[in-house]
Amino acid sequence: MANISTMSRRAVLKNAGGMVVAFALGSAARPARAIEAGTLKSVAEGIVSSYLSIDTAGKVTVYSGKIDYGTGVRTGMAQIVAEELSVPLTDVMVIEGDTSLTPDQGPTYGSNSIEVGGMEIRRAAATAREALTDLAAERLNVPRGTLTLTDGVFSADSRTTGYGDLMEGKTLSLDVDENATLKNPGDYSIVGQKIPRPEIPGKVTGGFTYMQDFRREDMLHGAVVRPPALGAALESVDEESLAHIPDLVRIVHKGDFLAVVTRSEWSCVRAARELVARWSASETLPDQSKLWEHVRATPIVQDDVTSDIGNVDSVKGEDEINATYQYAMQTHGSIGPSCAVTEFIDGQLINWSSSQATHRLRGQLAEMFGMDEADVRCIYLEGAGCYGRNGHEDAAADSALLAREMDAPVRVQWMRHDEHGWDPKGPPTLIDLSARMDGSGEVAAWRSEFFIPQGAGGAVELLPAGLAGMPTTTELNPGGITNDSAIPYQFPHIRTTCHRLESTPLRPSWIRAPGRMQNTFANESFLDEIAARRGIDPLQFRLDRIDPQDERGRAVLERLRDLAEWVSRPSPRDDTGEALLKGRGMAYVKYELRRTYVAGVADVELDRNSGEIRVTGFHVTHDCGQIINPVGVQSQIEGNVIQTTSRTLMEELTFDRSMVTSLDWATYPILRFDAVPEVVIDLIDRPDEPPWGAGEPACAIVSAAIANAVFDAAGIRLRSVPFKPATVRTALKEAATRASASSSA
Amino acid sequence: MTIRIEVNGKTHDLTGDPTMPLLYALRGEIGLKGAKFGCGLGQCGACTVLVDGKAVFSCLMPVSALEGRKVTTTEGLMQDGKPNKVQQAFIDEQAAQCGYCIAGMVMRAQYLLDRNPHPSEAEIRAGMQANLCRCGTHAAILRAVRRAAQA
Repeated sequence: MANISTMSRRAVLKNAGGMVVAFALGSAARPARAIEAGTLKSVAEGIVSSYLSIDTAGKVTVYSGKIDYGTGVRTGMAQIVAEELSVPLTDVMVIEGDTSLTPDQGPTYGSNSIEVGGMEIRRAAATAREALTDLAAERLNVPRGTLTLTDGVFSADSRTTGYGDLMEGKTLSLDVDENATLKNPGDYSIVGQKIPRPEIPGKVTGGFTYMQDFRREDMLHGAVVRPPALGAALESVDEESLAHIPDLVRIVHKGDFLAVVTRSEWSCVRAARELVARWSASETLPDQSKLWEHVRATPIVQDDVTSDIGNVDSVKGEDEINATYQYAMQTHGSIGPSCAVTEFIDGQLINWSSSQATHRLRGQLAEMFGMDEADVRCIYLEGAGCYGRNGHEDAAADSALLAREMDAPVRVQWMRHDEHGWDPKGPPTLIDLSARMDGSGEVAAWRSEFFIPQGAGGAVELLPAGLAGMPTTTELNPGGITNDSAIPYQFPHIRTTCHRLESTPLRPSWIRAPGRMQNTFANESFLDEIAARRGIDPLQFRLDRIDPQDERGRAVLERLRDLAEWVSRPSPRDDTGEALLKGRGMAYVKYELRRTYVAGVADVELDRNSGEIRVTGFHVTHDCGQIINPVGVQSQIEGNVIQTTSRTLMEELTFDRSMVTSLDWATYPILRFDAVPEVVIDLIDRPDEPPWGAGEPACAIVSAAIANAVFDAAGIRLRSVPFKPATVRTALKEAATRASASSSA
Repeated sequence: MTIRIEVNGKTHDLTGDPTMPLLYALRGEIGLKGAKFGCGLGQCGACTVLVDGKAVFSCLMPVSALEGRKVTTTEGLMQDGKPNKVQQAFIDEQAAQCGYCIAGMVMRAQYLLDRNPHPSEAEIRAGMQANLCRCGTHAAILRAVRRAAQA
């Protein structure tokens, strides 16, 4: 007999109707048999049928807990499975991030989709193939070893049997064998190939259904009118102010949650804009002009020592350099503001969103509404890229709250000021570095202190729950921001300490390469300062100080030297006296000190008069192990470099004592086409090694490479991101003053 | 008040609020998905369409300004159900990551190439300047525009 939880699951499957999106790699779409309404399938971790099914025609469906938000992992997952099962790629379909259909493989973050999620799916596919091979041997009555497998069909002598025949409509209800024999990479014909992504033609020609395009029958449109200040209380609402809106359905208020619901989208936009409400005054934010003093003064709740080698306190001497680095608060800046639809059917909550963590969202929505998780289904639909935890989950909760109030399906589409103003932010990062030298001038002790908020990669508070006084977490979760605080260089004494702060201005979350980017900016800039002080070529300086046994680390550095035609010399270069200064700088990372290696060279031009920096080119060497799809990896690296160039040169969130004030693309500009660097990439493929992530690691090196190139060009050290022209002009002026003081002394 | 506009060769009579931006008519009344809501401020270009051959931000232009005009969206660039030259170049270059900006990019590129079939690199960049991409797909988009210009 089915237990209650199973019955709930069956009901939520039925209630969502056929609203499931499956991507087929072939040109001809086919019906997704396994996802017909009400069909219950396993989603338990470690069971093969949770990850894949094979129908009687031998067609394969992959159920991926990791989702594709523009990274290409959908295609990667299909390649992994097609390869491991030896079926044509066109026979594989992928379903992502549906709590009723896909296993919980954890949020899609941390550059883990292929490295972790993809490998779980690879082992599931290998387990299936092995089991089906046994079955085929039995069916054909031959020893396993005599079977050959081509395009999902086993043959021995002249007799054949295929996956479809062997499956006979059954499910693959067997445990994933963690040690299943994996296909020899030498035999690969799909993994490693440049496979075009199936969704791109639809995205280009308008046929693709994004979250923002998704509609339900009799759906209403809702918009949340948020307070003008964080922590402001709703005092009164003038309902008459919307008397002129033709299809207004209701004004909803619940605590400080205020929303309008209309029949058409445009009316909703107008209603939210024109509703008159009174809010209390509230000033909870620090003075932005004193942000870094505020960060330094914030109480520390815990110290995480991320590396402690030798004894830094044992090194005595006068020869020490110190520097403080800062990385500004930034926003995700999704091009499409967050959007979600929720519908309650028979007491069950069905939500469609672009959440990168639908399983976690299910738990959070269940908590918010006091529901059983089994009665909540969260379905992923691709939206605009989010690069971390942006507003998707909040919009999901907005729509859920309104759907419950209205007893109808409600779509919530955030406006630009909602996304820029209210999505959680990348926290400010303050880093103190010091190096004490031995008698020869070599680093004897490296010491660093990071002032960063507490928390990790857990759930982030749901905005509407907070406003409406409903249950939601109050934890801070800025992402795994202690990563890459430790360094890949072999100094005798190293101590790296993360001071975890009690609070941080604005609700934090992770934005692409959280912590790794900021920390590597500081570490790789400071290393450059030391190399320059010693008059040593910065690339050679690094090569001589990484673990000499680390051949892959050496390889990315050595290949970068060739790729970028790096000329060995110390920085900075001699001042030519010209108005346009040119320089090049480099940086290196071993991501989280255990996976993807990246090294890069930035070429910059610096206008001495305006202070404007232009990154003209970027050379990158990249070793993420086995490459599943080189086109996907290339686009991720290009994206990392271009996006982080934008973050480095331009991006800084602004706020007053009440609220975020950078609410659009004019007040929070990002890079446009005129400033796009040429990106040249050397992809190092290592087919016999495990695949590692490529979605984030290249971000980590960009800010430092640019800072080091600016130092090379102009002899100025930029230690605070972003490098806006005014900051650069000040640094140039200070350098000129110092130079004239020293020449007149 | 009824406003008659032509979208991708089909005539539509729009009633209701004449101040409604074209984008809401395209996505709501007419049911097209290509033009996207990005900012509602004319800052990002995700909503770019052609009006009488000129690239405009459909999130800003009120339908009242469109009486008798011809609107083209990326859906309308298709020829016999197949991607046109510009669209095909974007597909061939795999010039989309999340792709939310891409239909707008296609329309901006179409406008650029309609006026200037053989643009220089600087002209391509200047021509695409109005449109934002957050994924950093710019390099692939530039390759696609160059490819379309050569096709």
